[in-house]
Amino acid sequence: MTSVAAPEKPRTGRAAPPATRRGPRRYGKALVYLALVAGAVPTLLPFVWLVRSAFMQDAQMFVAPPQWIPSPFQWSNFTEALTAQPFGLYFLNTVIIAVISVLGTVLTCSVAAFSFSRLRWRGRDAVFAVLLSGVMLPYAVTLIPTFAMWQELGALDTYIPLTVPSWFAGAGGGVFNVFLLRQFFLTIPFELDEAAYIDGASPWRVLWTIVMPLSKPAIVVVTIFTFIGTWNDFLGPLLYLNDERKYTLSLGLASFQSIYITQWGYLMAASAAVIAPVIALFFFLQRYFIEGVTLTGIKN
Amino acid sequence: MPPLSGQRRMERRWGLLMAVPAIIGFAVFTAGPMIASFLFSLTDWQIGGTPSFVGLDNYTALAGDGLFWKSLTATTYYTLGAVPLGLIIAFGVAMLLDQKVRGLPVWRTIFYLPTLVPAIANVVLWIWIFNPDFGLLNSVLRQAGLPAGQWIYDESSAVPSLIVMSTWGFGNTMVIFLAGLQGVPRHLYEAVSIDGGGPLRRFWHVTLPMMTPTIFYNLVVGVVGTFQVFNQAYVMTEGGPNQATLFYVYYLFRKAFIESEMGYASALAWVLFMIIMVLTFMMFRNARRWVYYEMAGAR
Repeated sequence: MTSVAAPEKPRTGRAAPPATRRGPRRYGKALVYLALVAGAVPTLLPFVWLVRSAFMQDAQMFVAPPQWIPSPFQWSNFTEALTAQPFGLYFLNTVIIAVISVLGTVLTCSVAAFSFSRLRWRGRDAVFAVLLSGVMLPYAVTLIPTFAMWQELGALDTYIPLTVPSWFAGAGGGVFNVFLLRQFFLTIPFELDEAAYIDGASPWRVLWTIVMPLSKPAIVVVTIFTFIGTWNDFLGPLLYLNDERKYTLSLGLASFQSIYITQWGYLMAASAAVIAPVIALFFFLQRYFIEGVTLTGIKN
Repeated sequence: MPPLSGQRRMERRWGLLMAVPAIIGFAVFTAGPMIASFLFSLTDWQIGGTPSFVGLDNYTALAGDGLFWKSLTATTYYTLGAVPLGLIIAFGVAMLLDQKVRGLPVWRTIFYLPTLVPAIANVVLWIWIFNPDFGLLNSVLRQAGLPAGQWIYDESSAVPSLIVMSTWGFGNTMVIFLAGLQGVPRHLYEAVSIDGGGPLRRFWHVTLPMMTPTIFYNLVVGVVGTFQVFNQAYVMTEGGPNQATLFYVYYLFRKAFIESEMGYASALAWVLFMIIMVLTFMMFRNARRWVYYEMAGAR
């Protein structure tokens, strides 16, 4: 950042008397914590409600002043719900789709971002601007022709429509990842590339041995965004998958919901089982994630 | 044109090669479908049949379609409620987390948690929260001696209920605000303090103006995303009660994949595209008046 130092304003001599400074500041801190707690309670309450319902017998769930501690703990909600429909299979299906999509996105978006940030070719910035305009396109606009295309190609009821686009970095909202990685790549000193080229390295080698190892925070952000995106996707699987054996967790949960509409214990147990893996992943990666978002400067 | 050096030539060759997947992706999954969608919108076409050209008939039919207007109103209502409310809450929490608080990672995680809940699990959970007889909301209200509501099961409270639900997942907006807040130069705050300004003045004269680009970014992303709300209408309300939550993309989905009117649905898609373009354009034009860029003209 190159910012010109602002000329210091003349002091107008209205500095607060030092004696009163500590008091209000301490009250201020207390207010901040109070506000945080006030915000955290409604944020966490739905989770508490979910977990408590997941472990409750129906009878206890419908007691008039609501109870918060399940007694007895109804573990069978989980075993019943998760075997009523093959959630294990749905989990596996979702993992397969998510892993293929994350791999494709990270690989092809990095390659494209490298070209758009660290290789000089004519028309580069114009091409990038055109690709980036795709981010603004509402997904509903491309929905019908894309569906028609996959139907034409006989790819309905396969994972092809859900995974192949991520192997073309420019597909749909995926361009945003190219943008993120490009922003990050631009912060790495170009001298590193130059030195490698003098040693006879190819751009491909420079990307994998120099740029990628230095870009871990950005790659983590793209990985998490893409993973959560595919894990949570509902419309895609809804459109393309018919065979129940191929369902993803989202689709499976929606169909489960429509069948067991009044079995709240089962529904909450199934929901909790769908939520848990994402939260576990986040806990594992959260430090990198927040750092990465700050570093990649998403704000611009 | 000066002759290219060896390295320049290599860069050009590799540069084009490495950009190819992205360009193909754009052509096949963005530009192509976009044009095709417009062409489809000029036809009468059922799934499995052959499209027949009908000119602008779909668009004129739209103008007289009560459900189209209904969906537009419902979606606008939802967007006008959910976006500002989400921005204010996310900004407020980000401000709190930007103070030097203890246990920051824990707080950050708490407020980010709802964002991680898969959309469908979220919807199922909220159906249960909104349950008029045994749901969380009415249980809490009854215990506090307040009147209980019908939430998503009443025509007038359905959209407001979904707005309340939408404010639960403000994590991404919050993280972006947080990144923006950390970029506000500290010396500006010190300058206000030296002049004897309190927290309110620091907020009004430093934080808010310096954050306008971030607010603007979140506003645009929020409006474009919220306008395409789908899951809640599909799983929770099926557009009801009495079409109160017939959101635009849900109506489009119904036309295309349930009633199989692909031509008409494509026209809906293009009208949505136009609406979003106009909204974005208006926001950008308006931005000149309130968004502050430090290096004006440099971008």
